[in-house]
Amino acid sequence: MFYREAGQFKTSYKADQALMPILQDRVGLLVILAVAFVVIPVFANDFFLTSIMIPFLVFSLAAIGLNVLTGFCGQLSLGTGAFMGVGAYAAYKLTSIFPDANVILMVLLSGVFSAAIGAVFGLPSLRIKGLYLAVTTLAAQFFLEWCFIRIPWLYNYNASGAIEIPHREAFGVVVSGAEATPIVRYFIVLGITALIAYLMANVLRGRIGRSWMMIRDMDIAAELMGIRPLQTKLMAFAVSSYICGVAGAMMVFFWLNAAEPSSYSISLSFQILFMVILGGLGSLSGAFMGAAFIWILPVFLKFIPGTIGINVAAETVEHITFMIVGALIIFFLIVEPHGFARLWQIAKQKLRVWPFPY
Amino acid sequence: MKSIKQIALGTAVALGVGFSGLATTVAQAEDANYVPLLTYRTGPFAASGIHIANGMHDYLKMLNERDGGIGGVKLELEECETGYNAQKGVECYEATKGKGALVYNPYSTGITLQLIPKAGVDKIPVLSMGYGLSAAADGSVFPWVFNVPDTYWDGASVVIKYIGEQEGGLDNLKGKKIGYIFLDAGYGREPIPLLEQLAEKYGFELLQYPVGVKEMQNQSSQWLNVRRDRPDYMVMWGWGAMNPTAIKEAVKIRFPMDKFIGVWWSAGDDDAAAGGEGAKGYKAMNFSGVGSDFPALDDIKKHVVDAGLSSTDASSIGGTLYNRGVLNSVIIAEGIRTAQELTGKKVITGEDMRMGLEALNLDEARLKELGLAGFAHPMKVTCEDHAGSHPVFIQEWDGKQWRQASGWIEPMTDLVRPLLEAAAAEYAEKNAPWPARTEPCPN
Repeated sequence: MFYREAGQFKTSYKADQALMPILQDRVGLLVILAVAFVVIPVFANDFFLTSIMIPFLVFSLAAIGLNVLTGFCGQLSLGTGAFMGVGAYAAYKLTSIFPDANVILMVLLSGVFSAAIGAVFGLPSLRIKGLYLAVTTLAAQFFLEWCFIRIPWLYNYNASGAIEIPHREAFGVVVSGAEATPIVRYFIVLGITALIAYLMANVLRGRIGRSWMMIRDMDIAAELMGIRPLQTKLMAFAVSSYICGVAGAMMVFFWLNAAEPSSYSISLSFQILFMVILGGLGSLSGAFMGAAFIWILPVFLKFIPGTIGINVAAETVEHITFMIVGALIIFFLIVEPHGFARLWQIAKQKLRVWPFPY
Repeated sequence: MKSIKQIALGTAVALGVGFSGLATTVAQAEDANYVPLLTYRTGPFAASGIHIANGMHDYLKMLNERDGGIGGVKLELEECETGYNAQKGVECYEATKGKGALVYNPYSTGITLQLIPKAGVDKIPVLSMGYGLSAAADGSVFPWVFNVPDTYWDGASVVIKYIGEQEGGLDNLKGKKIGYIFLDAGYGREPIPLLEQLAEKYGFELLQYPVGVKEMQNQSSQWLNVRRDRPDYMVMWGWGAMNPTAIKEAVKIRFPMDKFIGVWWSAGDDDAAAGGEGAKGYKAMNFSGVGSDFPALDDIKKHVVDAGLSSTDASSIGGTLYNRGVLNSVIIAEGIRTAQELTGKKVITGEDMRMGLEALNLDEARLKELGLAGFAHPMKVTCEDHAGSHPVFIQEWDGKQWRQASGWIEPMTDLVRPLLEAAAAEYAEKNAPWPARTEPCPN
């Protein structure tokens, strides 16, 4: 009843092939965008922006990146954290080499370096599949992390081995460094994430996305139908790494302000992988839902007791958060192994037939 | 499917309640000074972090219980768990800064580095007591950061000076090999520039053995290299699970323990005890009192621990790291008191706190008044020198407890200070435009 497309007639092929052919979807998306671009900036405080929304968007973008590779092209990767790190270090080097250039441009450009490195580490995917590929991407993770620690040129010979983001201005406002206001950083992160998500939504349903899915579903059949595995797989690696690289650069430029190599460790790779799996492999909206679950829920649980006035020791809260999140992950994976995206699909179906389910 | 509906509804309600709570800033008590404590009682560094957290919490809590706070105003304490993780640390910072936080003690060099640029913007000082960015000791560049009583570079110079003393003069270091085993993070890498400089100056060879955070509990390859290289001395910059592992490994390869010297963060009782009988003779630098024989610690036991207001195990009072936490809180408390005197206000702000810390003068008489005579070397912060470059002593593990093994050793200030200033200038240049100091000097 609530979600029924009956009566929405299409009079042209263009309308029929639109990104969102159903009116309710378009309205829903507009509401979400309105909330993100208007309601949150007007009502949220600094904590909400810097500790919840910005990381959430950064992780969502990274999850989209990994989803391209793992969810759409079927190549399991454990190197996401390192590819994000490549983006971060590349953007950092770019801004120190070109101090007057626009930081936002540099962040977008940094993904190119990440894409190149991702493509190189994607080469083994032609010969090996599945879990074995995970091992070679794991090698990428360790090798790149080693580079971040051992190549001092990457962090400008800083004694502490960390990269510290300098103060930069773009379009007359401070966009990076400590003086950058949360609201400015939020808008940049939101803009880039929304833009890339929109582009990917279009790429994924087109020829390129379909060729990735063919490779995922059965690579021999895809090859027989004229899909070239080399180019397709490498393109998936490059596009995925590009998105992850931009996410990694945004992570340090617009969220953390400084990063040590350990910020891009294997645990980050796993975190993103869990977001993708929980959100739903092969779903863009799933990437957002997974990121919300893995990032926002623990922050939220951590600060609930304090805000409603229950006095619990900080470490107890931490332990309880671990337990609740862990239990919920298991619960959701049992209820719906295909993730939140699938749950949302089921919910939509229910809404469609309500109140007369069959 | 009814259950899923209920879950969805329940989650929505819970989220709504929580967000409305988050969105409205918590009304803070008007008659209290709010001190957030960034601590870690979980994760791989908890073994060290718990003692520090207990020490910091208990001393401030004791002031509340015994004196009703500072200057008649209670302290409002809140712990936030960081797990030694920079992301969580920043999250804690963002969550607590709006409540009128006076000062931050990140207890992690990684978190400190992130907070340094924010401190001047948010007008909340950072007190990194004996850790963090060494260059921050230059108060003219870093007015908002304090690292009393010592920087890592002071510590590194003391180690070399002490080794020189053992060898009968710094000139005898020529041709010697000194191994440096360190946690491969911002923390452990901080002293390397100074050690390299000293190696060049005195002609000893510096051998580096980095230990990654992931391999903290498996250092056999590093110690295999130590056995091969046969350094004359070993210096350690370790933290958390790295310390006991290193000491155990050193015992295993029969490294002479009296030639193994740790920084003040590798001076925990549990760390040394892990080495068993063989750890006897292990040395570490320290700048906070040894043992529990101080009236203020008795007060903590009476008012806080025995009263059940803390999670401290009574037997850990007087441990090196516990006392370190207490000293940290003494500096916070004295900073607040000085700020109250300077401004005449009871409830102070972060800006007042900055002045209080900059005018901090913890002399012997004051330490005695606090019931902590001999607990630390007298400290005096000036506007130029935010560390004070205070002397440290060497303590030795006798198999059961720490024993002071040397007098107070002055750091090589003449050598360290110019390097600090150069590093501060470099930091400001790298982070250009770094704001020039505009804060007036309270002294």
